[in-house]
Amino acid sequence: MRNKVNLAKDKFMTGVFYAVAGFFLLLLFAFAGYVIIKGFGGAKLYMFSFTRSGIGNQFFNTVYLVFLSLVISVPIGIMAGIYMAEYAKEGKITKFLRICIETLSSLPSIVVGLFGYLVFIVATHQQWNLFSGALAVAILSLPLIATTTEDAFRSLPDSYKKGSIGMGATLRQTIITVLLPAAAPRIITGVILAAGRGFGEAAALLYTAGMSTDINWSSWNLASPTCALNPFRPGETLALNIWASRTEALGADATQIANLSSAVLMVMVLAFSLLAHVLEHRIRRNMGEKA
Amino acid sequence: MRVNDNTIRADEDLYEMQADRIDKSLEKDADHTDDSTASRVSEKFSVKDLNLHYGTFHALKDVSIDIDTNAITALIGPSGCGKSTFLKTLNRMNDFEEGIKIEGSVQLDGQEIYDRAMNPIELRQRVGMVFQQPNPFPKTIYDNVAYGPRIRGIHKKSELDEIVEKALTEVGIWDEMKDRLKKSALGLSGGQQQRLCIARTLAVSPEVILMDEPTSALDPISTMKIEDLAMELKKKYTIVIVTHNMQQANRISDKTAFFLLGELIEYGKTSDIFLNPKNKKTEEYITGRFG
Amino acid sequence: MTDTAAGAVNRKNTATAEQMDFKTKEGIWKVLVIACGLLMIILPLAIGAFLIYRGGATFTKYGHSVLKFLFSSNWNPADDMNGGGHVGAAVYIVGSLVTCGLALLISVPFSMAAAIFMTEIAPKTGNKILRPAVEIFVGIPSVVYGWIGLTILVPFIRKIFNLNQGFSVLAAGIVLAVMIFPSITTLSADAIRSVPISARKAAYGLGATRWQVISGIVVPAAQPGILTGIILGLARAFGEALAVAMVIGKTRSLPKSILSPTTNLTSAIASDMGGAMEGGEYNAALWSMALLLFIISLLFIFLVHFVAMKGAERNKK
Repeated sequence: MRNKVNLAKDKFMTGVFYAVAGFFLLLLFAFAGYVIIKGFGGAKLYMFSFTRSGIGNQFFNTVYLVFLSLVISVPIGIMAGIYMAEYAKEGKITKFLRICIETLSSLPSIVVGLFGYLVFIVATHQQWNLFSGALAVAILSLPLIATTTEDAFRSLPDSYKKGSIGMGATLRQTIITVLLPAAAPRIITGVILAAGRGFGEAAALLYTAGMSTDINWSSWNLASPTCALNPFRPGETLALNIWASRTEALGADATQIANLSSAVLMVMVLAFSLLAHVLEHRIRRNMGEKA
Repeated sequence: MRVNDNTIRADEDLYEMQADRIDKSLEKDADHTDDSTASRVSEKFSVKDLNLHYGTFHALKDVSIDIDTNAITALIGPSGCGKSTFLKTLNRMNDFEEGIKIEGSVQLDGQEIYDRAMNPIELRQRVGMVFQQPNPFPKTIYDNVAYGPRIRGIHKKSELDEIVEKALTEVGIWDEMKDRLKKSALGLSGGQQQRLCIARTLAVSPEVILMDEPTSALDPISTMKIEDLAMELKKKYTIVIVTHNMQQANRISDKTAFFLLGELIEYGKTSDIFLNPKNKKTEEYITGRFG
Repeated sequence: MTDTAAGAVNRKNTATAEQMDFKTKEGIWKVLVIACGLLMIILPLAIGAFLIYRGGATFTKYGHSVLKFLFSSNWNPADDMNGGGHVGAAVYIVGSLVTCGLALLISVPFSMAAAIFMTEIAPKTGNKILRPAVEIFVGIPSVVYGWIGLTILVPFIRKIFNLNQGFSVLAAGIVLAVMIFPSITTLSADAIRSVPISARKAAYGLGATRWQVISGIVVPAAQPGILTGIILGLARAFGEALAVAMVIGKTRSLPKSILSPTTNLTSAIASDMGGAMEGGEYNAALWSMALLLFIISLLFIFLVHFVAMKGAERNKK
C-alpha cells in the first residue's frame, strides 16, 4: 500500500517537473517570439533610418559604446585574470582580491552608473558622453572577463607550462606564446557574453552616456560634437531609448519605436548568446577529442 | 636519422656502448689512483650534499653524485623515492613549487646552478627536459619545434626551417612529418608526440637532456624507438633518465643511481649495479622484491 | 604581442643591449599584470569610498540620523544646500524588500523544479535545450523585461483585478521573478550536479523512488549551493533599477496590498538623481540610498561566504 503511494507520488512529481520545464521553454519562446514579431511587425521603414525619427543612430551608438568598452575592459580584464591565475600567491591579499572581484560583479549597475557619473562627468566637467558610458560598462564587464580568463588558464593542462618553462622560456613568454593562445577560445566566449550584456545595459548609462543623440553622418571631423565616431558626444543607446519611451509620449510612434528597439536588442542578445554557446560547444567537443 | 635501420643501428650502438663502457671503466679505475681533478672533465653535473625539503618533508637527503658527460645516467627507485625530485633540481624546474628549500651544491660544468649568478632561464636552455606524458603545445608540428628558437629570438624562416628539419631528423621522424608540418601536433600518436617533444628540446641545442619516465605512457614499440633514440643522442648530449623500468635502465644506461626514501643508496656502472649490487636494498629492488 | 622573443629587435646587437631590452620587456609586463590585478581591488574600494563620501553627507553635513533614514517614512528632502528637510527612506526600503521578497516567492519553486528537471529527471534534454535556454534568459536586457512588463503585464493586471491602474508590487515582483529565475536555476543545477553519484546509487539501491532520492538525498546535500544561488538572485533583484521602475508605479506610499503601487530605492535613484541639485540635501539623500544598496550587496556577498563556510563545515562532519 505504502509502496503504491510512493510510486504515485513519484509519478506525480515527475509530471510536475516536466510541466514546469515545458512551461518554462514555452515562456522563453513566447517571450522572445513576441518581442521580435511585435517589434518588427509594427515597424515602418523610416524607423530603421539613421535619422532622428529612426533608431539607426541608437543602434550605432549601442555597438560603438560596447566596442569602446571592450577596448578598455578586454586587455585589463585578461591581464587581471592572468595575474590571478599565474602570479597571485595564495594568501590574504589574493583572498581579498577575490572578494573585491565578487563585489564588483554583484554591484547594482545603477551604482556603477552613479560612480561613473561622479568621476567621469561631474569631476571632469564633461557633458554626458559615450566614452564615460563605455567606461561604466567596462567596469561592469571587468569581473566577468577576469574570471573567465582565470578559469581558462586554470583549465589548461599543466604540461603546457612545464614544457615551455622546461625549454628555458620565461613565464611571460610562456603566457603569451603558449597559454594565452590555448586559452583564447574560452576567453573569447567570455568576451562575447560580456558584449551581449553590454548591449542591454541601461541603468549604468543613464547618467553617463546621456539620453540624447545627434549625429551628422556627413561630418567626419572627430572633434565635432555631431561626428558619429567622436566618443565625447552624448549617445543614447537602444536600451536607453526603451527606457525613455516608458512615460514620455515623445511622438505618436514612440511605442512602436520602443517595440522595435526591444526587438533589435533581443536579436542582438540572442545572436551573441548563441555564438557563445556554439563556441563553448566546440571547445567541449575538442577537449573530448583530445582525451 | 634513417628510421628504417633503427634496429640495426641499435645493435651497433650496443657494441659502441659496451666498448665505451669499458673505456670509461678503465678511465675511472685510473682516476681512483690519480688526482680527482683529472676526472672533472668528464663530469657534467657534480652534486654535493644536496638536501631538499618540501615544507616539513625531507625529500632528498645528503645526495652526492657526479654525472658523466655524453653518457646515459639512469635514476631508479620506487615511487616517491625522490628520483624525479632530484631530476628537477638539475634544471631548477622546482623553482615554481612552493615551500621548497634546497641546501648543498649542484654544479653544472663547475658552475653552481643555485647561485644568484645563474639565470634559471639560461640554465633550462642548456639543460632541456622531456616529460612523462608527451606534452606538445596545442600548435602545429612546425611551431612546436620552432618554439624554442623563436623565444630565443630566431625569426628568419630559412633559419627556422633548417632547425626544424635538423631536429626532426635527429629524432628520426622527419620523413613522417615533412608533409604534415602545418598540422596540429595533438593529432600525432603518443610515440610520435614524445619524439616531437624530444625534437622540440633538441631544437635549442641543449647540452643535457633530462628525461622523466619518457616511455611510461607509451606502447612497447614506441618505447623501443625512444630507447634507441636516447642511445643515439648520447653521442652529442648528456642524458639523465628517470625510469621505473629495470630492463630499460639496464638496456640503455651507462650508470645507474638507486634512490630510496630520498637517499642515494647506490651509484655506479649499470653492469655493476645489476650484476653485483653492493647494497642489500638495491639487490632487493632490482630483483623485484619490493617497489 | 606577436613579437615576444628575447632580444628579437636586433639580434646583431651586443649581448648586453639584448639583455637590457629583454629585461625591460619582462619588467614592463610584470608591472602591467600586477597593475591590472591591483585595479580589481582599487575599483570597488574607490566606488565604496565615493559612495561613503557622497552618501555620508546626509548624516554629516545635513545632520540626519541613520535610524531616521532607515525607519522614518517622512521623505521630503530640500533640494538646496541649506537642508532642513526630511530624509526618511523607509517607503523606498520597504518597497525594495517587498518586491524582492515576492520575486523570490515566485521564482524559487520554479527554479528548483527547473534545476531538478535538468539534472535529475531528464539530463539529456535538460543539458541540450533547457540549459542553453536558461542561459539565454540571463542575457535578455532588463529594460526589455521592463518594457514587456509595462506594455503587457501592467494592463493585464489592471484588467484582471479590475483596478484603476496595473502598476503594482505584483507587477514588479513578477518582472523581477522572471529576471532572477535563470541565475537561481543555473546555480542550483550546478549545486545539484555536484552531489556525488554514489549518494544517489546508495539510495536507489535501497529501493527508493526517484522523488524520494531527490527530496531526501539530493536536494538536502545540495542545499548550500542552492542557497548561494538564491542569495545571488536576491542580490540581482535588489540592484535592478529600470525594469522595476517601469512597472512599480512610483507612488511614495507604503503598499497596502500586493496590488497597490509603491516605489523602491533603485527607481528613486534612477528617476530623481538627474533633477536633484548637485551637492544639495536631496542629492545627498539619493546618494545615501546608493550607499545603502552598496552595503546590501556587500552583505549578500558576506552571506554567500557564510553559507559556503557552513556547507564546508557540514561536509567535514
